[in-house]
Amino acid sequence: MSIFLTENSKVIVQGMTGSEGRKHTQRMLASGTAVVGGVNPSKAGQSVEFDGASVPVFGSVADAMKETGADVSVVFVPPKFAKGAVLEAVDARIGMCVVITEGIPVHDSTYFWAHAQGGSTRIIGPNCPGLISPGRSNAGIIPANITQAGKIGLVSKSGTLTYQMMYELRDIGFSTAVGIGGDPVIGTTHIDCLQAFQDDPETEAIVMIGEIGGDAEERAADFIKANVTKPVVGYVAGFTAPEGKTMGHAGAIVSGSAGTAAAKQEALEAAGVKVGKTPSEAARLMREIVGG
Amino acid sequence: MTGGLRSLLVDLFEYQARDLLASHGVPVLPGGVAETPEQAEAIAREIAAPVVVKAQVKVGGRGKAGGVKLADDPETARARAQDILGLDIKGHITHRVMVAQASDIAEEYYFSYLLDRSNRTFLAMASVEGGMEIEEIAVTKPEALARIPIDATVGVDTQKATEIVDAAGFPAEVRDQVIAIAVQLWDVFAKEDATLVEVNPLAKAPDGTVLALDAKVTLDENAGFRHGEHDALEDAGAADPLEAAAKEKDLNYVKLEGSVGIIGNGAGLVMSTLDVVAYAGEEFGGVRPANFLDIGGGASAQVMADGLGIILSDPAVKSVFVNVFGGITACDEVANGIVHALGILGDEATKPLVVRLDGNNVEEGRRILAEAAHPLVTVVDTMDGAARRAAELAA
Repeated sequence: MSIFLTENSKVIVQGMTGSEGRKHTQRMLASGTAVVGGVNPSKAGQSVEFDGASVPVFGSVADAMKETGADVSVVFVPPKFAKGAVLEAVDARIGMCVVITEGIPVHDSTYFWAHAQGGSTRIIGPNCPGLISPGRSNAGIIPANITQAGKIGLVSKSGTLTYQMMYELRDIGFSTAVGIGGDPVIGTTHIDCLQAFQDDPETEAIVMIGEIGGDAEERAADFIKANVTKPVVGYVAGFTAPEGKTMGHAGAIVSGSAGTAAAKQEALEAAGVKVGKTPSEAARLMREIVGG
Repeated sequence: MTGGLRSLLVDLFEYQARDLLASHGVPVLPGGVAETPEQAEAIAREIAAPVVVKAQVKVGGRGKAGGVKLADDPETARARAQDILGLDIKGHITHRVMVAQASDIAEEYYFSYLLDRSNRTFLAMASVEGGMEIEEIAVTKPEALARIPIDATVGVDTQKATEIVDAAGFPAEVRDQVIAIAVQLWDVFAKEDATLVEVNPLAKAPDGTVLALDAKVTLDENAGFRHGEHDALEDAGAADPLEAAAKEKDLNYVKLEGSVGIIGNGAGLVMSTLDVVAYAGEEFGGVRPANFLDIGGGASAQVMADGLGIILSDPAVKSVFVNVFGGITACDEVANGIVHALGILGDEATKPLVVRLDGNNVEEGRRILAEAAHPLVTVVDTMDGAARRAAELAA
């Protein structure tokens, strides 16, 4: 098992005909992902040639789903068009929409998140590397050659720290690694992933990576205390961040948290999470738990 | 993947916020911004009434620091501007003053819209207990601060504005005015892509008119593509010279106080690198990172050279730590980038570089650096070990 993404996932790419979309579609295909189509209204009916595959382009997400049975969309379209692309995926009722695009205005992401409420689409991101269930499927830009399938679940705000942690624990392997993105408003949270890993029989332990800003880690800590019985190891980046680079006063009132790394570490430790001071220390703590 | 330490939000000066509010119809008092005492006098003459001269700095507590003064006539306004211009308010030098018509205040209120990232929605906050810092109201009288979530797909119309205004308990005599202002402020928030629009105080003058006397606005830089006019609002003068140079080269750089220059790929990894260097530095008398610099995923030789150039031109830097995890980028490309960058920089490169490479094609990357055998470059296998070495070299 894995979470959110399995060997049966059928993936379409919104923005497949652009340079980033094309490059990463090739990588997804190379790692065994079932990429069944691309979406571009002006290139419908054409197909794009990749090493070892010819992938058809559809005029809309709905058409692509009807023709291929796709249940996952990965979005590479530029920020200006990202809101429209996500709304289209949500309205087509696709199961999951992974938004890689960086630089989407927060008014747009807040809008598409609100629009998706009550619908049937899980949004991952925006501004994220996507997710990978090693050996099964790869929806996004996480390098597939770092590690293999295994028993650790990983959820992270940061892309490169996701790669770093997968590398540190590459001999043990991962059920699924989810890069949820570091934007102020994201679709799938640490908590959503913690719940899914808790319910996934293949995942034995969970690594959670956070960083300064917001109160997502504090909320996750409360959730872990009440709902997660599997061991969780944490890492938080940004202890050295100067004051005032995190968030404004009005925002802090709303969240009731300073958003600092120290506050997050304290909350996680109070919930029984072992927190590493550095990525390698977090990896060591995980080794003590799962062996290897 | 994120902006990291470089904020993607732009805080406006009070005078810019005032102009923006006024352009959306929000009632404000007549006034203008001055960079010289003469300009301040001219604005006061035009207003032809007592004025208040206010330091334009992006920090609270300017009143207590002597940055807000009343003036009954234009000559006095000039003298007060003379006093305030150049004033250091908590490390912020005052380059401009706003000269606005002075207003008697009968009552003070509070009103804001902001992004509530925890609940992934927008939020209106309003209180009839104005005149205090909002943090104080939130702590001492939380029941006096109405908080109403706003559905991003619906926004604020007169009906929603009425709900907010009534929840905060605005008095009947100002209710309709505040409802109209609430709709106008939403227009600012939504159409300008703001993450904060805060009016404090929202004031009732003795004649019953409600006005926005002071405002804070924060804009989302990610929305810049649909707001060409927002470029002019950026405070180019405030940036550190190294930060300004980095911005020109499109580098995600933030100047810090320490002596170990940092280059890495990915905001999270770079933030983590700063921490690891600071921990390692404890052993060497408190050595700290000198900067945040994220060169992103596809670090070309030129980007590496630009980044190294900025860092090496910082006189505070004593050693440099290049920390790269080859995810999508291969380490051999990164190694070639470093070698090429040192070649481009030539004699300008004078400080020791500690390089840690891991991930994709790491063996080839390390081989390239070993072969180049640049006298300034030391390759260390682990992030923790490399951080320790870089801190040691800077001690």
